[in-house]
Amino acid sequence: MVAKINEDANDAAGVHPLKFALWLIIISIIMMFAAFTSAYIVRRAEGNWLEFDLPSILALNSAIIVLSSITMQLAYFSAKKNNLGTLKMMLLLTVGLGTAFLIGQWYAWGDLVQNNIYFGGSGANPAGSFIYVLTGVHGFHIITGLIFLLIVLASSLRYKIHSKKMLRIQLCTIYWHFLGGLWLYLYFFLLLNH
Amino acid sequence: MASTDLSINTDVHHAHEEHEEHHHQNFFEKYIFSQDHKVIAKQFLFMGIMWAFIGGFLSILFRMQLGWPEATYTFLEPILGGWVTNGKIDPEFYLAMVTMHGTIMIFFVLTAGLSGTFANFLIPLQIGARDMASGFMNMLSFWIFFLASIIMLSSLFIETGPAAGGWTVYPPLSALPQAIKGSGTGMTLWLISMALFIVSQLLAGINYITTVINLRTRGMSMTKLPLTIWALLLTAILGVLSFPVLFSAALLLIFDRSFGTSFFLSDIYIAGEALAHSGGTPILFQHLFWFLGHPEVYIVILPAFGIVSEVIATNSRKPIFGYRAMIGSLLGISVLSFVVWAHHMFVTGMNPFLGSVFMFLTLIIAVPSAVKVFNWLATLWRGNIRFTTAMLFAVGFVSLFISGGLTGIILGNSALDIQLHDTYFVVAHFHLVMGAAAFFGMFTGVYHWFPKMFGRMMDEKLGAVHFWMTFIAVYLVFMPMHYIGIAGFPRRYYAWTGFESFNTFTDLNTFISLAAIIGFSAQFIFLFNFIYSILRGRRATENPWHSNTLEWTTPVLPGHGNWPGPLPTVYRWPYDYSKPGAPEDYIPQTVPFSQTQSSNMPQERDLE
Repeated sequence: MVAKINEDANDAAGVHPLKFALWLIIISIIMMFAAFTSAYIVRRAEGNWLEFDLPSILALNSAIIVLSSITMQLAYFSAKKNNLGTLKMMLLLTVGLGTAFLIGQWYAWGDLVQNNIYFGGSGANPAGSFIYVLTGVHGFHIITGLIFLLIVLASSLRYKIHSKKMLRIQLCTIYWHFLGGLWLYLYFFLLLNH
Repeated sequence: MASTDLSINTDVHHAHEEHEEHHHQNFFEKYIFSQDHKVIAKQFLFMGIMWAFIGGFLSILFRMQLGWPEATYTFLEPILGGWVTNGKIDPEFYLAMVTMHGTIMIFFVLTAGLSGTFANFLIPLQIGARDMASGFMNMLSFWIFFLASIIMLSSLFIETGPAAGGWTVYPPLSALPQAIKGSGTGMTLWLISMALFIVSQLLAGINYITTVINLRTRGMSMTKLPLTIWALLLTAILGVLSFPVLFSAALLLIFDRSFGTSFFLSDIYIAGEALAHSGGTPILFQHLFWFLGHPEVYIVILPAFGIVSEVIATNSRKPIFGYRAMIGSLLGISVLSFVVWAHHMFVTGMNPFLGSVFMFLTLIIAVPSAVKVFNWLATLWRGNIRFTTAMLFAVGFVSLFISGGLTGIILGNSALDIQLHDTYFVVAHFHLVMGAAAFFGMFTGVYHWFPKMFGRMMDEKLGAVHFWMTFIAVYLVFMPMHYIGIAGFPRRYYAWTGFESFNTFTDLNTFISLAAIIGFSAQFIFLFNFIYSILRGRRATENPWHSNTLEWTTPVLPGHGNWPGPLPTVYRWPYDYSKPGAPEDYIPQTVPFSQTQSSNMPQERDLE
């Protein structure tokens, strides 16, 4: 599983190829959201923009995702120290918090619908549609992150993650922190620009 | 993004064991779902060639309509079926053909076919790696591209026809199925296909960058890399940064089309009836599209830059002139490509001040481009030029790049663009500078690396015929287009005979169409040469062009893992051609300075 391909190569960057590839994936996701948020700003500047309050549950969701980042980091540390029991528990906790975040986002959508902010249809204003797109695309990436977490959890149950075999959990930690950071960016962006 | 699945065949290292093993691979593992970068490169090449013929054929069809607008095309009914009625090509199908020609050529041939082939083939071979960083991701990239291809191809055969809103798919035309037949199912398929295509390109690009950064062999520093690798690396970086933006734009367009949002739509009346969409702005789409769209033209041309630099140096038997300036200009072009997108939008009513900023940035691109042209010419200057077919195409590339690039300076002016926007002048410009030129880069690469790909040589005589016919046809097609463009002749018009002012161009249009047909026929010479040489070509030697780069140190047909023994070590840059004092006129990168004492420069003595 672990790429040893650069064993005899000049490992110039000093970074594992898969880790490097993950950073590139992260950059491409950043570019995608950069496109969405700059489109948001450009569109908002044009006028005919519906102003409304963000669902208050988003603040709670943000707290949940920050918490999940902490548990993820704790899982990483316990893997490093070979505390395999704590590792499993922390990973499970992270999966749970990640799922709670998704459910929370779903409730936020429900809130929006109750306030007559729709994604599409005749009453929809781009202001509302953008919120659905930003949270929706982010939610999709959270789902990919959860799948990754479950893979890591499964391999931790088979004792395949420990201080000598950190690559997988390291990649997962980076990705999960990124997704958390991405949400915080989106949340503050929406707070500042609505 | 289940990165854990990106496993790498760990056997790749143990070259001897691996040799045993790959005889046991069955047909599917070896040729279909292969993770070997060389097989994937060939898969991309074959797909690219297939797409190029489809795209070229479409252009011949619409050139026939433009060249002989009065003719009846009943003989096309067997191919086009309902798209020809009473011998006349359906106007909406004309638009669909133009759209598909652009989409196919830009994305499927000159992005996937060009980068896909040469990045896959050359990156591991020229940097001294066994394979790509992730063979699995690489395979996935091809098969997602294949799926995108099938979807795009199938859209040509549905009843309402393929997408017809131009390759730029501007809303509202592309967003409203009521607007034009092609904006129905055809457009949906276009968007699905392009979304998959983007995923494929991202997987590929991430792999290319990782491989170049991480898997270079001992001694292969960034300043000893062949220029092909620099160009392909920057191409991949541009792709990773710009394709996600197109993905965002496509996603928003999908929502507008199918979910009733109004990102790009507002206040539209169709057949006297107001649509529910309100609050969107179509200009937003253009910004998002061209933020990809402009780097995209460099994604198309940068690999050609690299290939041409390599071939010109090899066949002039001279070091490339200004190696670092070449890298610098590649970097300069890559950076600038992200800050010029709005020069495609001068006539959208943008602020004239903003227009002049974009004009200024656009014109700066002339500087690194001119550096490149100067360096190519200086490399050719007083070289012992060998006119192999690849060299002919490389020199042809430089010629096309100059003549196409000059008109870029004109089009980059926001004032001149008011007259020239969306005329055949633009068509002529970009076909010369990125269309034909990138094709020439691709031909250069195919003719040059064919011996390494298939272990046989292509026929040089047929190659020369192919070159001259193509080269002359390209100029005969696109030079006259400048004139009709300056006269204001708009692109994408199905019929222009109704306009008094354009009637005088009938003969010129017939001439262009004839030249296009000759140019297209010449490609069958290439196809024959290509297929025949794969099967029956003269056997190649390990290093037929006496080239310095690492791929020529592999066996005639490199196996999985590329080098049978240990990986080569690199001691010098790739352009030691005709070095004074050396017994041969080339010194491969693997030759240490201690073995070339007679030709070492004073500063190289320390390295002996």
